[in-house]
Amino acid sequence: MHIVVCVKQVPDTKVIKINPKTNTLDRRGVPAILNPHDAHAVQEAVKLKEKYGAKISVVSMGPPQATEVIKKSVQIGADAGYLISDRAFAGADTLATSYALFKALEKIGEDDPIDMIFCGKHAIDGDTGQVGPGIAQRLSIPPITNVIHVEAMGDGEVILRRKLEDGYERVKSTLPCLVTVEKEINEIAYAPLPNMINAAKYEPVIWGVNDLGDVDRTQLGLKGSPTVVGKMFAPPKPEGGNMIEGEPRKQVEELVSYLLEKKEYFQVGKGE
Amino acid sequence: MIEEHRGVWVFMEVKQGSIAGVSLELLGAGRTLADKLESPLGAVLLGYNAKELSNVCFEYGADEVYLIDDPILENYRTEPYMNGVSDLARKYKPEIFLYGATPNGKDIASAIATELNTGLTADCTMLDVDVEKRLLEASRPAFGGNIMATILCKKHRPQMATVRPKVMKALPPEEGRTGTIYEEFIKMKEEDIHTKVLEIVRDSKKTVNLEDADVIVCGGKGMGDPEGFQVIHELANTIGATVGGTRDVVEAGWLTHDYQIGQTGETVTPKIYFAIGLSGAIQHTVGMKNSEIIIAINKDKDAPIFDIATYGIVGDAHEIVPLLTQAFKEALSEKEVVSNG
Repeated sequence: MHIVVCVKQVPDTKVIKINPKTNTLDRRGVPAILNPHDAHAVQEAVKLKEKYGAKISVVSMGPPQATEVIKKSVQIGADAGYLISDRAFAGADTLATSYALFKALEKIGEDDPIDMIFCGKHAIDGDTGQVGPGIAQRLSIPPITNVIHVEAMGDGEVILRRKLEDGYERVKSTLPCLVTVEKEINEIAYAPLPNMINAAKYEPVIWGVNDLGDVDRTQLGLKGSPTVVGKMFAPPKPEGGNMIEGEPRKQVEELVSYLLEKKEYFQVGKGE
Repeated sequence: MIEEHRGVWVFMEVKQGSIAGVSLELLGAGRTLADKLESPLGAVLLGYNAKELSNVCFEYGADEVYLIDDPILENYRTEPYMNGVSDLARKYKPEIFLYGATPNGKDIASAIATELNTGLTADCTMLDVDVEKRLLEASRPAFGGNIMATILCKKHRPQMATVRPKVMKALPPEEGRTGTIYEEFIKMKEEDIHTKVLEIVRDSKKTVNLEDADVIVCGGKGMGDPEGFQVIHELANTIGATVGGTRDVVEAGWLTHDYQIGQTGETVTPKIYFAIGLSGAIQHTVGMKNSEIIIAINKDKDAPIFDIATYGIVGDAHEIVPLLTQAFKEALSEKEVVSNG
């Protein structure tokens, strides 16, 4: 079985700061990390490898330093990694990204046909979750998004649990298929020492646009992106700033008097 | 040709035989866009025995319903839904197409955008339209909610967006309102579909329902420890509110992940939100700032939560919150006496 995981290098949004004067992103000192959802996708592939036997390849699109997230994936347990990196990919929105990754997946699958593709639910810097289903559509394989559990596999089929807003559904799919995973699907295990050693030595394959074979360049990068950012602005803030002063008892009394105007929202005795 | 495209469409998500709340909200938002563009508003309705839901679409603002009713659409699956909706879009050529940013809404929208080779903006929280250029202005939080970005799709149609639940308003339904139904058929057979829904398990154990809560009492790390956090539970109990927590609190294990509000947790829009013992980091406020009334209680007068709070109290939460609980107990029991005559 050949499992391919799509991964992305993202800025660690936990430490991103905004310059309040200019409303621009302050990227200074912001570390680049393996998108956390993608780490769960790699981990799930490793779990399946342990159970059913598999080769795991990872693929990423990004600048040359994105080889770091491929090495990180090798630490988790991936066997091979490919980075597609070229100026021709720059400025891609989700549609153009899914096209570039689709071409890379076609190439990866040439020698070793792909049975399953894993992606994280979304990247924490873009938050769209659109690339995975886009790739599936281009490959004409079913996407199964928001997966929280891989129940069973065999005979060219897989049974998955897919998270819904109010529960989950059990879905059976033929292979190949593309799965996007929620983070509750697994816990990231500590990387075993041999993996750490492998990862330190591992040199991912880097492909430019010319390595991908027959590619329609009009579908790549900025040119292939139907969406553009029109403008950026500070999010509208709720009207704030009514500070209630005084002694605690008086403060509380005043607050309660405001809130009792809305008492239809309170359900006495039905809390939590 | 871009000019051939006319009309604003909304994808109707059907759940357990009725139309999802977010789809009705989008009919409200779509109505505004359609009126500005002087275009019809279409509801795209797929399902099995779905025809009867057409009336609901009309009552909530749709002028047209594009219907595909077929047994293979009984449960949502990407392949047949993508197929049916793409065929409708190719035939009737809408100009704008909106979907709820739910698991299924995002799934189908992504597949359709690829199939139709058009732009899709994810998780929008504001929609507007440049009437002259007939451009959808789809705005969404970017970089963890620090900034809003307006995304445009200038050269491709339809212009598509997924929109978060609970940020748009549904219109009050107008009983007896009707319109035109365009019924089409699906060109796919069961054998062509690679997936099967074996079972849908509704989670009855899920007791936390932050998304639908009218009142939320959210505590932060400032409550000190799990014992200190108890006052949050007591206040919530007294006023019939749902408890929430920040990421810190969940990571410390005081509450389970289901209770987490913020960027990596739930997005909530209650009528009243108590933010107690939390500073208001952007990763938290992105998930709650659309609350109608925000009450902040924090001992640090410079905490950013006060910037967005409707009412702010600077003070020790361990003193203020029990007083608040007591005051509510008294005030609300008075109400009860009155209402019981």
